[in-house]
Amino acid sequence: MKYLSLIIVIVTGILLLHASQDFPDWGDAHSPANSNQISQHFITQTGEQTAVPNFVTAVLADYRGFDTLFETIVVFIAGIAIMAVLGLVRMDSLVNAPDSPRDPTDRDIIVIQTCRVITPVIQLFALYVVAHGHHSPGGGFQGGVIFGASLILMAISRDLSAALKRISARRAFILAMVGILIYAGIGMLCIFMGGNFLDYSVLHPLLPATDSVMARSHGMLGVEIGVAFTVSTIMFAIYALLSSGGRLKGGL
Amino acid sequence: MIWQFDLIILVFLIITAVISLNVKDLLGASMVFGVYSFLICLLWAEMAAVDVAFTEAAVGAGVSAVFLIATVFNTKRDSSD
Repeated sequence: MKYLSLIIVIVTGILLLHASQDFPDWGDAHSPANSNQISQHFITQTGEQTAVPNFVTAVLADYRGFDTLFETIVVFIAGIAIMAVLGLVRMDSLVNAPDSPRDPTDRDIIVIQTCRVITPVIQLFALYVVAHGHHSPGGGFQGGVIFGASLILMAISRDLSAALKRISARRAFILAMVGILIYAGIGMLCIFMGGNFLDYSVLHPLLPATDSVMARSHGMLGVEIGVAFTVSTIMFAIYALLSSGGRLKGGL
Repeated sequence: MIWQFDLIILVFLIITAVISLNVKDLLGASMVFGVYSFLICLLWAEMAAVDVAFTEAAVGAGVSAVFLIATVFNTKRDSSD
């Protein structure tokens, strides 16, 4: 049986390698992905239509904004699902697994002080990544993950309770909902201003000194901030739940 | 695209993939999996897909490795093999 599955895997691998010869070359301008009319539209028109240099973000947050809204909601649902699953575990393990608080003497002062110095730098970089998502690589997801990683670093270097004192799990989920509300609220605002859902160009009367092109750029920044809220808090909440087995105390 | 760079990364990718599947220690396996994610991130950065590389570095090599390790610390070592 073991050898049979090995043979199947090898045959499939050979077939896949054989099929990969039909792929277009890397960077081929005439490949279906690049010569497609829609791709050409994004490549040539994004700068004029949205005033955003990084058209990956423009596609993600503007042309395909509906998709990104639900990606954000998927992250939120993942957090809720982990809380639900580990919450069920908690009911059983409370009986036979006593809480063992971390011995305060095993915390290294060098680690704590280094992390204390470096945490604001990481958070500042995360805010930069969010704010410059439409000018350089980055955006709400990456910046949010980096911000969440700074909170996780706080939890690892000191104690989970030290990090939960700043952002409790309840507050993390509330902030995640606020993020989705920011995103969907900007979309709804576009409807109230007379456009379609997530059509940021109609927002220009609300923003000072912007025309309808710059309004799309600013609208993208707004939804990226919403995404960053959700992703950063959900990442921290998932870590807090996973490392403590759903009990939200003790931790690593 | 520099083929020498590609070759080195792809060889290390296969090595780390095989190691992370074969290592008995779950903690070591999840660490090697983080290395695997970082190598894929290098490959994407080298193919000029910088946004994807950034996401892979933050999510794949950073947070998901931490999630795996946090989960491994909550497992018990009572397997016999």
